[in-house]
Amino acid sequence: MIAHTLSRFPSAVMLAAALLSGCAATPSRVDPLEPMNRASYRFHDAVDTAVVKPAVQAYIDVVPENVRASVSNFFNNIDDLISAVNDLLQGKLDKLGNDLGRVMLNTGFGIGGLFDLASQVGIERGNEDFGQTFAVWGFDQGPYLFVPFLGPSSFRDGAGWIARSAVGPVGYISDVPVRNTLYGLGAVDARAQFVGAGEMVDTAALDRYLFIRNAYLQRRRYLVYDGKPPPEPEEP
Amino acid sequence: MEAIQPAARRLAAFAVLAVMSLMLGVPAARAQEAPDAMVKRVAEDVLAIVRSDPAIQAGNEARIREVLETRLLPNFDFVRMTSLAMGKNWRTATPEQQKRLADEFRGLLVRTYSGALNRYRNETIDYKPLRMNAGDTEVTVRTAVLRASGAPVQIDYSLVKSADTWKCYDVVIGGVSLVTNYRDEFGEQIKSGGVDGLIKTLADRNKGVAAK
Repeated sequence: MIAHTLSRFPSAVMLAAALLSGCAATPSRVDPLEPMNRASYRFHDAVDTAVVKPAVQAYIDVVPENVRASVSNFFNNIDDLISAVNDLLQGKLDKLGNDLGRVMLNTGFGIGGLFDLASQVGIERGNEDFGQTFAVWGFDQGPYLFVPFLGPSSFRDGAGWIARSAVGPVGYISDVPVRNTLYGLGAVDARAQFVGAGEMVDTAALDRYLFIRNAYLQRRRYLVYDGKPPPEPEEP
Repeated sequence: MEAIQPAARRLAAFAVLAVMSLMLGVPAARAQEAPDAMVKRVAEDVLAIVRSDPAIQAGNEARIREVLETRLLPNFDFVRMTSLAMGKNWRTATPEQQKRLADEFRGLLVRTYSGALNRYRNETIDYKPLRMNAGDTEVTVRTAVLRASGAPVQIDYSLVKSADTWKCYDVVIGGVSLVTNYRDEFGEQIKSGGVDGLIKTLADRNKGVAAK
């Protein structure tokens, strides 16, 4: 997967690009790298429209819904385990029990995570990740980033993404075809979740780049505060 | 002659009653309605129509919008929504510009909402218990859309009480406030083309011109 190879040297790429574009920007507090990010977005959007979206639409059209749901469940089950790790890192022990319970139930009785029994009995997903852990640890969000093939992010969430890739587990599968299939399937599944949101952005946005940026930053803030964010400071 | 008079009187009495109930009766009934009950009533009402109306099932967008116009939108305060999305720029707009902005923003939100509604019409909504104190004039009604596959989507409605009725002035989807989300976009449009530039962009979007 291109996304994965890119992730091996993102900081160097971003630092270089940041230095290159630094002077031309109209500075904004959350998005000082806006010119670079906009270029990344245009590239990402062009590839997405020409290649990724049609492929994902074909996946949705061809693969039955229950099979696609199982694919999602499989990857979500892995993410639930990662969520449990981050509960521990953030000291959220009640959420830890919740997420571990989900993983055990879904792995054991849900056939390796293909079925999400936990949600059916009302155990909701934890949704913790390394980016949120870094936030709880006190790290600043840093500049907003738009990364081609990955989408909206920030310096802090980018670091979280690198930590996530290092933990695996898909990256540690030694059988290359299996590993690449899982990467590909994971990417298609992830993109398929956003088909509806993408159409909404197309209707709602005046400037899709800004719309996606602000939605992403609001969403991340909401997750960092576990769904109860304090009111935003008023504008000056 | 004498037989007609009681009938005419009954008719007049009926007309007066009808007008009175329109003027007083309905808003008076609504004033007693709690904000969460209002959200539930409106949402379920609209969903029931969307689920059963054959024209909507066939993808008739005009019909969806008609339902939204008559059932949903009277419960929104678009002027307040627009002023919040504009931030400090709202005060720089003339009353006439403010009216056009609210109208165009309304059009944009209706288009967005009708698309979302059509997509999620078969999902069920879970209404969370309301937490409010007596005398509160602003509340948040929390709901979650439970999807057949995928995580539930939290949808919160911010409501303000004005003249004894509750009006919605923001919809927060999974932590993303629709109103706040437009601040930078509105600001950017105003910076490059002034308030009239923003009005024009909104009008173009409502006519189907694609965003950049």
